[in-house]
Amino acid sequence: MAVTDTETQAPPAPAEKPAKMRGRGVCVFYGDKQALFDVDIDVVDKQVTALIGPSGCGKSTFLRCLNRMNDVIDGCSVTGSILLDTGDIYDKSVDVVQLRARVGMVFQKPNPFPKSIYENVAYGPRIHGLAKDKADLDGIVESSLRRASIWEEVKDRLDQPGTGLSGGQQQRLCIARAIAVEPEVILMDEPCSALDPIATAKIEELIHELRENFTIAIVTHSMQQAARVSQKTAFFHLGNLIEYGETEELFTNPKDEKTQGYITGRFG
Amino acid sequence: MTSADQSEHIVKAYDDEFSRLRKMFSQMSGLAESQLDGALRAVSRRDEELAEAIRSKDKEIDDLEVEIDALVVRMLALRQPVANDLRYIVAMLRMSADIERIGDYAKNIAKRVHALAQMPVSSANPVNRSVSTLGRLVQAMLKDVFDACTDEDLVKAVAVWEADQEVDALYTSIFRELLTYMMEDPRFISAGTHLLFIAKNLERIGDHATNIAETLHYRVDGKRLGDSRPKDDDTAAMVVDGSGGPSTAA
Repeated sequence: MAVTDTETQAPPAPAEKPAKMRGRGVCVFYGDKQALFDVDIDVVDKQVTALIGPSGCGKSTFLRCLNRMNDVIDGCSVTGSILLDTGDIYDKSVDVVQLRARVGMVFQKPNPFPKSIYENVAYGPRIHGLAKDKADLDGIVESSLRRASIWEEVKDRLDQPGTGLSGGQQQRLCIARAIAVEPEVILMDEPCSALDPIATAKIEELIHELRENFTIAIVTHSMQQAARVSQKTAFFHLGNLIEYGETEELFTNPKDEKTQGYITGRFG
Repeated sequence: MTSADQSEHIVKAYDDEFSRLRKMFSQMSGLAESQLDGALRAVSRRDEELAEAIRSKDKEIDDLEVEIDALVVRMLALRQPVANDLRYIVAMLRMSADIERIGDYAKNIAKRVHALAQMPVSSANPVNRSVSTLGRLVQAMLKDVFDACTDEDLVKAVAVWEADQEVDALYTSIFRELLTYMMEDPRFISAGTHLLFIAKNLERIGDHATNIAETLHYRVDGKRLGDSRPKDDDTAAMVVDGSGGPSTAA
């Protein structure tokens, strides 16, 4: 049998993967002001879904619904259903802390704990009881830092404060922290907007690697980034989901004029 | 949705660049049409002075293609265009290449006027009329496809795309006609060969017009025209033997 170089062959068309998370009729209110109107969207398993749109369009609000971070905002209410696999995450029986271990989050401004690099990553597994003993925990920390592409840079200074790292390194540390608890979904809210182009490129490469094991939803202001990293893109405007589709299609031949107007820089 | 979204970009300089592209395309297409018209008139009147003018003017088309190329590359680098803007810019690259070839074919047609002028080819020879007809058909295709580009008229574009069938059929019959005349009378071979090349160049211009129509379809619709364009150019397999041809041509 001939050894083939799979990189030079055209890959077969992938079968459509199932939705890892599914929103139906999602509405969000801040007090009596409605911020999201009837959003229906699928976050496909082991793919990257990008959420784009002008400021105030509801994309971050929607992202925060996916791991119930909106719960901590006073006066915020969410209606509709959001399924993780087959279970509604807003069901009364859901343990929100457990949910946030399954659906992790990385924020715009890197926010490592004021602890050592080791402790930043070990904290989550420890409180969730994921490690049997110290050796096990060490293994989890190392593998998380490796998977976040930062192990080589920090392996000799694990006891030093996480806040002493550069911006790009801090963000990768936060990603390591998020994946240490073995989530199924990782939410990223403009993860690169505070980073320089090289650090950004490293995160984008990391997202590409993480996709094999995690489902990812990313909010971004950069159209080019959305086009580069995602397979599906959702365009929000004034609280409505205007268009959702294959990233390549949306950026070369969008169906809705509002989508086209936004991505081509005709309105903001 | 149309590709020529008339609403303005927030960054005005981006709009200015699109204006420049449109203007250069308009100049280039206008030149191509007038070059073809001049070349055909030069052929039918055996006008060597006009032919020379056509040959030297082709450089203007070449220069415009270079300018369009440079502006497209600049826009790709600086603007990272997407959606309709991207398709417009990419289409411009393709179309300007097609127009540049059309200009070259018109120039090549004009080049042959000198040779034709040396030969005693009677203007009464019906093959001249056939070539003129072929020329007019192709001129109409060009005019229609450029109008379609300006108006983003896909119906017109598809009509041009389909009209190439008639051009191919006429070219095929001219081919046969010329082979027959050349066999009947060897003195006709030189003139016949030049006329054959002229007819071939016209047929190629028709092909480039359909390319432009296809590109326009992609630009406006985001989808390519299908592969099922009817083709009637059978010359590649044509053999004309000594028996049963038309009677001697002058």
